Amino acid sequence: MPLAFSWADFGQQVTSGLAAGAIYASVALALVLIYRSTDVVNFAQGEMATFTTYIAWSLMHHGLSYWPAFVLTLLIAFGGGVGVERLLIRPVERRPEIVIVIVTIGLLIALNGLTGWIWGPEVKAFDSPFPNNTVDVGGVVISVQDIGTFCVCLATVLVVWAFFRFTTVGLAMRAVAVNPDASRLMGVRVGWMLALGWGLAAVLGAVAGMMAAPTVFLDPDMMLVILIYAFAAAVLGGIDSPVGAVVGGLVLGVVINLLGRYVNFVGQELRLPSALALLLLVLLIRPSGLFGRVAVRRV
Amino acid sequence: MALLELEGVEARYGPIKALHGVTLTVDDGEVVALLGANGAGKTTTLRAVSGTVRHEGRIAFGGQSIGRRTPDRVARLGLGHVPEGRGLFSELTVWENLRMGAYMRGERRTLRKEAPRIFRYFPWMERRRDQQAGTLSGGEQQMVALARALVSRPRLLMLDEPSLGLAPTVVQELFRIVSELNTNDGLAVLVVEQNANVALAAAARAYVLEVGEVVIEGTSDELRRHESVRKSYLGY
Repeated sequence: MPLAFSWADFGQQVTSGLAAGAIYASVALALVLIYRSTDVVNFAQGEMATFTTYIAWSLMHHGLSYWPAFVLTLLIAFGGGVGVERLLIRPVERRPEIVIVIVTIGLLIALNGLTGWIWGPEVKAFDSPFPNNTVDVGGVVISVQDIGTFCVCLATVLVVWAFFRFTTVGLAMRAVAVNPDASRLMGVRVGWMLALGWGLAAVLGAVAGMMAAPTVFLDPDMMLVILIYAFAAAVLGGIDSPVGAVVGGLVLGVVINLLGRYVNFVGQELRLPSALALLLLVLLIRPSGLFGRVAVRRV
Repeated sequence: MALLELEGVEARYGPIKALHGVTLTVDDGEVVALLGANGAGKTTTLRAVSGTVRHEGRIAFGGQSIGRRTPDRVARLGLGHVPEGRGLFSELTVWENLRMGAYMRGERRTLRKEAPRIFRYFPWMERRRDQQAGTLSGGEQQMVALARALVSRPRLLMLDEPSLGLAPTVVQELFRIVSELNTNDGLAVLVVEQNANVALAAAARAYVLEVGEVVIEGTSDELRRHESVRKSYLGY
């Protein structure tokens, strides 16, 4: 059925795309953080986010109100991320990258199973901190939920950016990503910087999970699709570029939403394949992404 | 007691032995050169000291045994190591590289104190502090690597082939600054060089390494007069 085009509808699609995109951007940024320091894609990123979102659910279930539960969850996520690096990644950090990748895949499966075992497989409703109504901005109806999601994700990203830009530890983490050997000579304890990176990535994932859960509902496979969008976003932006990951996430959110709405055969069902097609296209045409460095291999 | 003491130091890369018992000392306030051909073990000697390569034998720095200390812990003892290839953070700016030099001593406080001193030695650096380090010329990069090591106020500075790939005038400038740091601040320096002429001019004493062993040692004057040093390393 052909749809009549209206700018109000278009604006609505863009804003809800931006909200979804902010979630992809957070997860994509988490992937990039770990990729830059460890040189591997963390396949468990989504399940780590799901697990921490369940923790938030439990905290609220036990009577904590939303924002205290939110903050406490971020702290737990940070500790969990650091712990994962120290206990699971560190023992294999000098091994070939494929070994580390397999560890993250193992972690994905283990966390997924553990989530189902602790909280059960049934879908749970997850509270939203934002009212369930809409605002009208010049004819474009925007849900407050979308605005809130967008703002929380973006605020998190900005805090992470400021941390890397302005703090000594953030600087050391960037230095470790560029040149770990030289960092050691500067007195940096490289291992702990890597662990911190995992902690931050886990925090970003937890924010994304808690923002996504009210709309996609809480279940053990909740982040699966989001993780694939985040992969596509990170590749689109350039897998080693934090700015690229955020821009890639937002662009992907909007594009996928518009495709689903205006390209008839895409609809709801072909959104994910569209993202994968985009991922493939970027890898073929511009492997370094929009913002990534072109890899120069020294021979 | 010497500032740095190596006694019978051995090191290996896998099955290949790179050092066969190196013995040398560097005193407080002294510039010492470590000469030798490619593959003689000069770089490995520095790496053993900074903890980037495991060693047997004894290495003591400021009276403390290096033992199995990791590089970050050796650095905290007051060792500045400008490694082979400079080890710059090429994607970070000049200023961020200097900040990293101050990392272990409390970044902000240290930089406030040390930056003016650094910029006195390298005036151009202040004007170009926001430039990405990787985009500097080779000589400038070497200066930033040196400056970054100086920010931490090391008790001993180890330079690994600072002249490599640089124009003669830049090398002169670099060694002039090293000599100045030594006379003004009493900085102790252990410099590895293939360019024996320039190294002997700056150093008070020198060691010659061959196949992982010290074969000749003496004051710079003695080495300059030494028959085989002249033939092999000075070229006259």
